Amino acid sequence: MSILINSKTKVLVQGITGHDGSFHAGSMLAYGTKIVSGVTPKRGGQVINGIPVFNSVREACDQTKPDCSIIFVPARFATSAIRESADAGIPLIVCITEGIPVLEMLANYHYVREQGLRLIGPNCPGLITPEECKVGIMPARIHKAGSVGVISRSGTLTYEIVYNLTLKGHGQSTCIGIGGDPVVGTDFVELLDLFEKDSQTSAVVLIGEIGGEDEERAAEFIADNMEKPVVAFISGKTAPPGKRMGHAGAIISGGRGTAEAKVKAFQEAGVRVADRPDEVPELIA
Amino acid sequence: MKLYEYQARDLFTRYGIESAPGIVASNPYEASEAARKLGGACAIKAQVLVGGRGKAGGVKIAKNPEEAHTHAGNILGMTIKTLPVRKVLVSKALDIEREYYMGLTVDRTDKSIVLIASASGGVDIEQLAEKQPEKVHRLAINPLKGASDEETEGMLRGVFEKEGLLTQAMDTAKSLFKLFMENDCSLVEINPYALIKGGELVALDAKIVIDESGMFKHEKLEDMRNREEYGPDELEAKGWGLSFINMEGNIGCIVNGAGLAMATMDIIKLFGGAPANFLDVGGSSSPEKVLHAFEIILHNSGVKAILINIFGGITRCDDIAKGILQAKKEMDLSVPLVIRLIGTNEKEGRALLEKAGIEAHEDLVKAVQKVVEFV
Repeated sequence: MSILINSKTKVLVQGITGHDGSFHAGSMLAYGTKIVSGVTPKRGGQVINGIPVFNSVREACDQTKPDCSIIFVPARFATSAIRESADAGIPLIVCITEGIPVLEMLANYHYVREQGLRLIGPNCPGLITPEECKVGIMPARIHKAGSVGVISRSGTLTYEIVYNLTLKGHGQSTCIGIGGDPVVGTDFVELLDLFEKDSQTSAVVLIGEIGGEDEERAAEFIADNMEKPVVAFISGKTAPPGKRMGHAGAIISGGRGTAEAKVKAFQEAGVRVADRPDEVPELIA
Repeated sequence: MKLYEYQARDLFTRYGIESAPGIVASNPYEASEAARKLGGACAIKAQVLVGGRGKAGGVKIAKNPEEAHTHAGNILGMTIKTLPVRKVLVSKALDIEREYYMGLTVDRTDKSIVLIASASGGVDIEQLAEKQPEKVHRLAINPLKGASDEETEGMLRGVFEKEGLLTQAMDTAKSLFKLFMENDCSLVEINPYALIKGGELVALDAKIVIDESGMFKHEKLEDMRNREEYGPDELEAKGWGLSFINMEGNIGCIVNGAGLAMATMDIIKLFGGAPANFLDVGGSSSPEKVLHAFEIILHNSGVKAILINIFGGITRCDDIAKGILQAKKEMDLSVPLVIRLIGTNEKEGRALLEKAGIEAHEDLVKAVQKVVEFV
């Protein structure tokens, strides 16, 4: 088992005719992901890489019954894309788009939850269950099937750590990028809970960064609720306060959200914290 | 995006929130003239985009236009936290009976918008919330539902006890919420929100921060952008689609992805080096972006070596390699370069570099150790 996605997951791609959407639909397909349909308004009837394109999510759902949707539309259309998926009742919505206004995301967060659905992202690389299903933009070949769950606020830093895991023989159950925005659909705690309950996962790697207090809450959850070992890595130890470090959510404000505070919270919760990405595999073993 | 107090007051006025009468001045003459128009006694307030101007001496009370002239002269020559003061706000002195606080912000953990009010205004609200949390009243608002009048009144009643004040505070809270939502704000603050003689509540200060990601919806707000909020290098980088922040060290960094860029700086420090900058070239990087990244880094004459760390996902290693070769050809790269290249199209990228006799590492730690040896 894995969490959230597996070889049976049927995927819909929103924005499939766009530059990014068409490229990544192709690469997900090549990995073996079951992509059943795509959506781009006014482009219904087209076929891309053998995937039928529909005008609306509703139509695509009626005809192809996807379990998951991945969104590649530009920021100004992202909120309506997320809500279109939610209105169609798709249980897992993955939003890759960067730059969605925070107030829109706050509303989207509640909108999706109130219908009992799950949103991953935005501003994230998506998720992958290695050798089964990829719903995202990560380079697939650095992954290997195994028993380490990975959760991260970052993209390329996750690749770096997954690469090190695979190199040292630690395959992964599922890897999830939760997104670098201040408000994301799913946080560390919810995914830690899923990994704790997943029979394939034997350990979890959590990759956090400065800003907010998601890591502190994760530390608390781990101390109270988890049997499985967790290893953490936190980036932004050298980041100056008050500056947004590339990710909209990576900012130390009013002395809060520092890397030191997060490392301390994890250490107090008995979580081993790596100083460097290449130390993560040793700490798991 | 941060607004100056005088800009924030303009927005307040548009939403019917009353501020103390004020006039912006760019020189002492304008300041004394403004004081005269406002009736003599005034506060002369430095317009800066950082907090703590009061402590830095950037706010002075003038009893008459002559004093306004003198104070404005002094304040306009000041630099507050590296930012030179170019404008002052001349604000009419009012008879203040009590200072309150009212503000709205986003609680990213609780996933709500929070209305905050306190009867102990005029101080740093975050410090107050830490030391005397019972004095800070909060109402969490679900952005889909908004706040009902009953909820708002229930919270504000604990702060504005007299009925006359409560009605005014309710109106202000509603206007403030409207302003917050319609302009994609991340912070709106009235501190102090003052009760003046006669029983009226008036904004004595105004602070507004707007979410950068929301700016595409607000062309008119773009006119209010203050370029001095960003360093010149940051602005240039932004123009090229790069994310850049100056640091104090001497190792220039070019990295793809924000998390990896932060981690790269941290590892440099771990091995005894000091990063000169944060630089994320972003996804799908073209060779030109790499070239611009070099240009911006080399503005800093303190840079003694450059580390390029690329883990290709959307970014292709061959594009990066082409950018590096182009930079070598077109620019005076007098500092040593250490390259770590891995991921999408790494073979192609590596081959391009090797042909030109440039070594590319696979291992990040080795690359960092090497670049630290150079400085």
